[in-house]
Amino acid sequence: MIRSHVMICGGSGCTASGSKALQEAMEKELVAKDLQDEVKVVQTGCFGLCELGPIMVVYPGDVFYSRVTVDDIPEIVEEHLLKGRIVDRLVHEDEVLKEQVTSLNDTSFYQVQKRVALKNCGLIDPESIDEYLAMDGYVALQKVLQEMTPDDVIQVMLDSGLRGRGGAGFPTGLKWKFAKGYDAPQKFVCCNADEGDPGAFMDRSILEGDPHVVLEAMTIAGYAIGANQGYIYVRAEYPIAVQRLKIALDQAHEYGLLGKNIMETGFDFDIDIRLGAGAFVCGEETALMTSIEGNRGEPRPRPPFPAEKGLFQSPSILNNVETWANIPQIIINGPEWFAAMGTEKSKGTKVFALGGKIKHTGLVEIPMGTTLRTVIEEVGGGIPNGKKFKAAQTGGPSGGCIPASHIDVQMDYEHLAEIGSIMGSGGLIVMDEDNCMVDIAKFFLKFTVDESCGKCTPCRIGTRRMLEILDRITEGKGTMEDIDKLEELAYYIKENALCGLGQTAPNPVLSTIRFFRDEYIAHIQDKKCPAGVCTALLSYVIDPEKCIGCTMCQRNCPADAISVTDYVAEGHKKPSLAIDTDKCIKCGACMNNCKFGAISKQ
Amino acid sequence: MKSLEELARIREQTKAKIALREKEGAVRVVVGMATCGIAAGARPVLSTFVEEVNGSGIGDKVSVEQTGCIGICQYEPVVEIFDGDEKTTYVKMTADKAKRVVAEHLVKGNVVTEYTIGAAKV
Repeated sequence: MIRSHVMICGGSGCTASGSKALQEAMEKELVAKDLQDEVKVVQTGCFGLCELGPIMVVYPGDVFYSRVTVDDIPEIVEEHLLKGRIVDRLVHEDEVLKEQVTSLNDTSFYQVQKRVALKNCGLIDPESIDEYLAMDGYVALQKVLQEMTPDDVIQVMLDSGLRGRGGAGFPTGLKWKFAKGYDAPQKFVCCNADEGDPGAFMDRSILEGDPHVVLEAMTIAGYAIGANQGYIYVRAEYPIAVQRLKIALDQAHEYGLLGKNIMETGFDFDIDIRLGAGAFVCGEETALMTSIEGNRGEPRPRPPFPAEKGLFQSPSILNNVETWANIPQIIINGPEWFAAMGTEKSKGTKVFALGGKIKHTGLVEIPMGTTLRTVIEEVGGGIPNGKKFKAAQTGGPSGGCIPASHIDVQMDYEHLAEIGSIMGSGGLIVMDEDNCMVDIAKFFLKFTVDESCGKCTPCRIGTRRMLEILDRITEGKGTMEDIDKLEELAYYIKENALCGLGQTAPNPVLSTIRFFRDEYIAHIQDKKCPAGVCTALLSYVIDPEKCIGCTMCQRNCPADAISVTDYVAEGHKKPSLAIDTDKCIKCGACMNNCKFGAISKQ
Repeated sequence: MKSLEELARIREQTKAKIALREKEGAVRVVVGMATCGIAAGARPVLSTFVEEVNGSGIGDKVSVEQTGCIGICQYEPVVEIFDGDEKTTYVKMTADKAKRVVAEHLVKGNVVTEYTIGAAKV
């Protein structure tokens, strides 16, 4: 008889930090101690605290172990599972609460969170349809098919106020209503799992941790708009997500929850997977549909919108994975329940992938309208190494930055748009004083230049010209007119590009100019990078008063740029060294090897 | 293809299986499982509690946990039942006694006084 469950995270993050080996070691150790019939090991989805991985949670008691290694396994089995004593040294020490927290739900990381889309992630085995059923899975589908008309379903979606979680925030119910309104012999339901923003991984985590929720929600949508075929467009770079989706599809077919005559109601619906090759533009709805059709992933002009002529020229809806993950619970708990969360115009919760200069890198789900300060200081545990918060980037390459002066901004569609950023799909990259904002703008623009599909000129050529200007500025060759040129080009591209990729590509540049113009000016006029990032503007200098003449730097210099001078500082025995800036390649090897702190970059 | 009844049955059965993952404010049965407890026979007591609790359909209300040394080694195996503010300590437990505690105490709410520490003679 099973008396204890050991949940081991099988998300991509923890898999990368070795959770698979952990699971095997645990299963072996349980057999060795003859506990295999008492303790069950469950591979589960993402808990969200990826930075503390691999993560293990032991039930009963909800005991949360972080950064577990294979060597810890015998101790956990012997002490905790055999004798019932919690292994204190593996229990997470909460940096905000300043105490050891044994239960995951009591950590500062979890306390502020409200998990709706991530409800089952980390709690169930994603490869077991039975466990999904036990968490009230497919109850919403049954309710829809037995008790509701398609119009009822759409009305519930409209009343809930749910808006697209992929970034644009279009009301989901409205999208469905439009698609239902067009009469056609064939309609389609699509799922956008082509998550491409650098730093965003919420869709992957939902697919890895709770794949059935997407299948259930898509089937509900199929019933609502009158479609009987769905496609999940997922990137091939998400092998674990694809694998679990395939398992989930097979199980749903086996249980009669997909296919012909679902739940004996006469409704037919089926779902196929389409793998994306990893082009960022394929996350744009028309390009995604073009790609499903078997063509090169390029956007097409709208209108006609996909609700009228989408996939294979048929009325189609496309929703993002996170949007889908909210839908079954809205059906079960009612639209009022959902609308009670969040702000006036942004209802519900939003999942953010927290990354960059933050202590708790991971996945967080918070009610809309939570301030950025709460997310960074409480959930994220603050900035590591005592550095100061400088800015946060939301919306990836389509978004903008939020400077420290706006740290109390409410995170919802309207407030983020007001300060020139966007909600986006939920990537949240935190930056500290060591990040150069011009360099950040360049990073994101480089990404969109690489990912531009090339179909329309403003995006293909315009973004490249902008990147060239940014390159000039970071090399110290910029002029003040370059800032005006950047802005002019940016507005032109925003207005004239064909699809969302181009229309939003200039955002990181515009928003950094808006909030960090002084940094641009420092690069141009003073030829300095205040954060010390842009190598062309840096020079490494040896302080002759601190240098004891050990020649460690000279021996490590790959460019032979360091030589001995004839200056001997007071109290020193040997002459100090100096760097020839003409020869220096700014690799930083000298500074890393100096034990006396005599070398600095300026 | 599963009928709706079959789905409902799978749902209920699995719910019982994973109930131990989400029980807040539930009645807790804590079995002392230190070396002394195990030596005195705590293991069959623990497994009997797990089996009986799930078998009597109260698996969603009662969580069976284990703990370390409670400190009264001569009374082992010791089982404590926490129900809100009330704590009952059963001593010198056996698998048979465990069955009765589940049936009497956990299902019907009557403490089995004769097994408690107050009634025990060393």
